Amino acid sequence: MPSSDTTPQVAIVSESKAKPRLTVALRATLVRELSRMRRRRGEVLNPLVFYALAISLFPLGISPEADLLTAIAPGLLWVMALFATLLSLDGLFRSDFDDGSLEQMMLSPQPLAALSVTKVAAHWLLTGVPLAVMAPLLGVMLALPLHSYGVLMVSLALGSASLSLIGGIGAALTVGLPRGGVLLSLLVLPLYIPVLIFGSGAVQAAVVGDAVLPHLAMLGALLAAALIFAPWAIAASLRISING
Amino acid sequence: MTLCLQGRQLGCERDDRWLFSGLDIEINHGEILRVTGPNGSGKTTLLKILAGQLNDFSGALHWNGQPLSQVSEQFAANMLYLGHAPGVSAWLTPLENLAWYQALQGERGSEEQREAALARMGLQGLEDTPIGHLSAGQQRRVALTRLSLTPRALWVLDEPFTAIDQAGVDALEAQLAAHADAGGAVVVTTHHALNNARPLCHIALG
Amino acid sequence: MWGLIHKLGSPKWFYQLSATLQPWCWGAAALLLLTGTLWGLVFAPADYQQGNSFRIIYVHVPAAFLAQSVFVFMAGAGLIHLVWKIKMADMAAAAMAPLGAAMTFVALFSGAVWGVPTWGTWWIWDARLTSMLILLFLYIGVIALRGAFARRDSGARAASVLAMVGVINIPIIKYSVDWWYTLHQPASFTLTSRPAMPVSMWLPLLIMVAGFYCFFIALTLMRTRSEILRREAHTQWVQTLVKESR
Repeated sequence: MPSSDTTPQVAIVSESKAKPRLTVALRATLVRELSRMRRRRGEVLNPLVFYALAISLFPLGISPEADLLTAIAPGLLWVMALFATLLSLDGLFRSDFDDGSLEQMMLSPQPLAALSVTKVAAHWLLTGVPLAVMAPLLGVMLALPLHSYGVLMVSLALGSASLSLIGGIGAALTVGLPRGGVLLSLLVLPLYIPVLIFGSGAVQAAVVGDAVLPHLAMLGALLAAALIFAPWAIAASLRISING
Repeated sequence: MTLCLQGRQLGCERDDRWLFSGLDIEINHGEILRVTGPNGSGKTTLLKILAGQLNDFSGALHWNGQPLSQVSEQFAANMLYLGHAPGVSAWLTPLENLAWYQALQGERGSEEQREAALARMGLQGLEDTPIGHLSAGQQRRVALTRLSLTPRALWVLDEPFTAIDQAGVDALEAQLAAHADAGGAVVVTTHHALNNARPLCHIALG
Repeated sequence: MWGLIHKLGSPKWFYQLSATLQPWCWGAAALLLLTGTLWGLVFAPADYQQGNSFRIIYVHVPAAFLAQSVFVFMAGAGLIHLVWKIKMADMAAAAMAPLGAAMTFVALFSGAVWGVPTWGTWWIWDARLTSMLILLFLYIGVIALRGAFARRDSGARAASVLAMVGVINIPIIKYSVDWWYTLHQPASFTLTSRPAMPVSMWLPLLIMVAGFYCFFIALTLMRTRSEILRREAHTQWVQTLVKESR
């Protein structure tokens, strides 16, 4: 505890000096998220392992026949990526909620929407991007033609950013509930459907050699819409959860 | 510089039940306000309202004469709130946690500054140990380090004495008194009787 | 205008107003539904392609209309609740949600029944039915979220946010499902999309739609009134009301 040495007079910060520097706060939040996840590798790896495991169940459950697998591969890879993302969402705000960090974020002079979107961005970097990188590996196992791997990765990387943003809303709404996990999937999965349609559509188009760009453009449009609407929805939901 | 947080006719309703109502509060520089009351009487809720965290309450809050909602940014830059939960992440070290707090305020700070502040709280040698490995009292001390690291005029502290040892309690008490002496103000909930000769105001809820 | 909104925001005033409105809504609903049903089921001509089975349209289409618009009403009420903190709006939203879900279910079920004579199967991934199914899940999500909170006020706010998020998503979902449908089943027959419907067919449909709306309004008023009594049970005016009715 501090020794009672010469205590300076307490100063009141006036309007002009109170200008908070947003970039400092955002960069620090991103660094904080990444270093937290570096120490909780399981949190990052589990969705990836789930993805690989779940995909490998399908040939066992349906048939190892290559033609059939090729036909269903785009859908499978996308649906399972959806589930893997969903699995990681519950932890997005949970520990910060429990230890009181969210409360501090809310009380800081920075906008809560910007801080929480930074957390979502970290989530995407550590869940969506690894899923996209890993998908071609599973594509091989599902006899997906080689020429569609690029589109698979791009569509997953682009689409999973929307998934993280939309899922962030659900995570923020359920973070105050003791068992929000199942409810979270009920809230979020219907909202994921457009991303699923255009994402798997892109891969399917790539497999049969159709134009891929319209699908990817739609994924981009969805991401733009999510970037506009999700931040305020996440911030509003977090406020509700914290003060519940 | 003066400091004044005024609450008039504060009341809070939760699912048709009034936790408290008609509360008039005024906190000026040099004062320590202690809020007491039985469990469930709304101490934490009152503190959240005074910290500008809750906005569904009745009554009005003024910061230096202006409605709080109009000067919320300025208020946030002068107020430090410590809640029930210490607000430190178990997976980060004390230094990382404090760096993040400073950054939230828009300050970069320096590693030496943070190390010195931790040392003053008796946490030297633990700077790089993840919080999860520390005891509850040590975690609370890390959170309390913010009091000296990010100087703020108004402190709103919810049960700050929880989990810390007797020496820590005495030191924190002295720190609160010193803060008030220096022209700051403190709002605190605690079951622990503050035994010093400060101009102590007292509000009992419930 | 503002005066009216604030008056509507007062549960007591709303309770009194709805008492006078309610019988009119019930009357209009009964009249319209009876006329529409008789006209649609008995007097309207049979469809040249589908025969008599097309008459399911008189339930399916009004239910589908209502299912979608109730979600919009609910989100509107949620917005009013969040922005102006008018609890009355939330009571109305809470009353509407199960009705909207029920209408969605009716639309889905009638669509499935219609599918049997039309497609020879109970379920087909038709664009409209698929969107309707997703809408049902959205409704269930809003209702479940409201119920999951221990504190009613938090549940109300969370449900308001989710309803608004949902209403932004509904057109996007609808569009993407349409796109998906045309991609997979380019030339197939869609329920209720027909080039030209004679007046004798669509007029009773219009009456049925109006009847469904009146029925919905009457039911919402009724449910909102009981919600008011439940939430305002501790207030003076409700307690005198209870004493008087004894």
